[in-house]
Amino acid sequence: MTSSSPAAPRGRERRARDSRVGDKIFMNLARGAGILLLVIMAAIAGFLAWRSGIALSNNDGNFLTTFEWMPDAPKPVFGIAVLAFGTIVSALIAMAIAVPVAIGIALFISHYAPRRIAQPFAYLVDLLAAVPSIVYGLWGALFLVPHMDGLTSWLNQYLGWTYLFDQTTSGPPRNLFTVGILLAIMILPIITAVSREVFRQVPRMHEEAALALGATRWEMIRTAVLPFGRPGIISASMLGLGRALGETIAVAVVLSANSVLSLHILDAGGGTFAQNIALKFAEAGNNGRDALMASGLVLFVITLLVNGAARLIIARRKEYSGANA
Amino acid sequence: MTTVTTVPEDARPQIGQKLTANRLPKWTPPVVAVASIAVGCGIGAAAGLESHLQWGLISALLFLLGSYLLSAQVEGRRQAKDRFATSVVWVAFILAVVPLASLTVYTIQQGIGVVNGNFLSHSMKGVIQSGPGGGIYHALLGTLQQVGLATLMAAPVGLLTAVYLVEYGRGRLAKTVTFFVDVMTGVPSIVAGLFILSLWNLALGFNYSGFSGSLALAILMIPVVVRSTEEMLKLVPNELREASYALGVPKWKTILRIVLPTAIGGITTGVMLAVARITGETAPVMMLVFGADYINSNPFDGPQQSLPMYIWQQYSVVNNDFGYARAWGAALVLIAFVMGLNLIARGIARWRSPKAGH
Repeated sequence: MTSSSPAAPRGRERRARDSRVGDKIFMNLARGAGILLLVIMAAIAGFLAWRSGIALSNNDGNFLTTFEWMPDAPKPVFGIAVLAFGTIVSALIAMAIAVPVAIGIALFISHYAPRRIAQPFAYLVDLLAAVPSIVYGLWGALFLVPHMDGLTSWLNQYLGWTYLFDQTTSGPPRNLFTVGILLAIMILPIITAVSREVFRQVPRMHEEAALALGATRWEMIRTAVLPFGRPGIISASMLGLGRALGETIAVAVVLSANSVLSLHILDAGGGTFAQNIALKFAEAGNNGRDALMASGLVLFVITLLVNGAARLIIARRKEYSGANA
Repeated sequence: MTTVTTVPEDARPQIGQKLTANRLPKWTPPVVAVASIAVGCGIGAAAGLESHLQWGLISALLFLLGSYLLSAQVEGRRQAKDRFATSVVWVAFILAVVPLASLTVYTIQQGIGVVNGNFLSHSMKGVIQSGPGGGIYHALLGTLQQVGLATLMAAPVGLLTAVYLVEYGRGRLAKTVTFFVDVMTGVPSIVAGLFILSLWNLALGFNYSGFSGSLALAILMIPVVVRSTEEMLKLVPNELREASYALGVPKWKTILRIVLPTAIGGITTGVMLAVARITGETAPVMMLVFGADYINSNPFDGPQQSLPMYIWQQYSVVNNDFGYARAWGAALVLIAFVMGLNLIARGIARWRSPKAGH
């Protein structure tokens, strides 16, 4: 790009104009891609809402409180009560297990592990995230479920009085509790990855100041690392929650679904939004398909809110960009 | 952190106060760990507990309790709490390793006997589902085509969006796009599938095909590509751009010739990680591709098969030992493919990562 010849003012002018045109085209192309993204998001909401409207106008039951899912009956009756309950309960179990463990792993990588272990181990945790969910499902159904028998009966025996762990039906533990544990394993990597990044960004001075004042390592973490990382931990957990709410195929493989809403989380049964869609889709008729879209829309809105909230919390501290895991 | 052997009290009668606190020797944690594992296994065996998971849990609890009490006795409460926290963190680490190890080992164990040349080169056409035989060739072909098409659609869009956000993005539009890219990362895959179904199949009237599956996969892939590309573009030193502008190179050419080539290693990594992620997606493919038993090498016409969906079908539809065996074989191939992509991608990232300005 050397336009050294002064004898060609016209050529330079044209070149300047060309580059302006090129710039404009390229910029609009780039901006168009960005806008396309927004259009896709709007279209997802729009199209699902359109099909949901069709389904809901045919519904004889109450969409929010009905337990059954029979949209293809002559008098269609379907509702999301069981699905919403199952989705939330299984996601909560997953969070209760995964968040503390993930914080522990993140601390291990950022503050406890010898450097030689920390880096490979961080890779290992990232690899966990790469395992396809169908493989988790297969492992869950054929390995985890048989191995959950002992724990299930133990919980039932000693904690049965809590109602929650009271097992009233027999059969393999294809229940919300097992699903929760499987989901916990699946969302561990993302919570770990984000918290790890946040813990790494704790100002070195804060940590050294705490240690200089005579704090033990744990006191240093409690007084310097955790307060600094709290917003990061919260948003990491919410990203994990978003994953857990939307997980489809692993849940569909492990859970033996029915339309019973029960707080006995060790009883096989229940359902989740995504699992219900995956399972009912194959034999759904026209109205059934639209009904599934309606439940999909609810799931979409819930995950949108959860993820949006997580991002807003994280955006307050701009530097936490490790969220693309 | 060295072992301090306390001087006997009577050796220094003048000094009333010790200057160093009591410390447990360095070998205490491993010894306590071994002891608690032994006791845990003992209790487990004595109580006749079937699951070895429970043995492990009992040992872990014993370890936590043991090291806390010991340390509280010798070193005081504060040190004991510190040791307790350290133990908890280590237990969390082990808890994370157990499922990964179990998953990998179990998949390899179950799948290794199934995968052979015949399995990789045959479809399920004419194979009795409930019997032995058959293979995954059609699924492999379908997955490669669908993922390839999805990448062809998602990579340019993702790249351009990232360029917009980093190089041009100012003002409200850029902020909105950034926010929605983040939110889009969390869109459940099944919702993407439902959306393409309602748009492509119901509103526009197209039929089930590999291509409609890849449309849904593209939606899942775009935000991942945008995020990783964005990170990489931000790492390109500003001096390079300024040098280029100073030579009179227009902005678009600077981006194409200077910025993107500098970051190409990281961008490739990001795209490969995104490919790895969508390769394992089952839910959208299940709704849109429809799962054929035979080889269909045209992704634009008629049902195809894909690896994740093949596993799902072999598990839930066939649902006997022959089906499970085929499912494990396919799972092994899928995991090997995805992990391989991951490792290669990270290798490229290390090899060609842009160095920060110096």
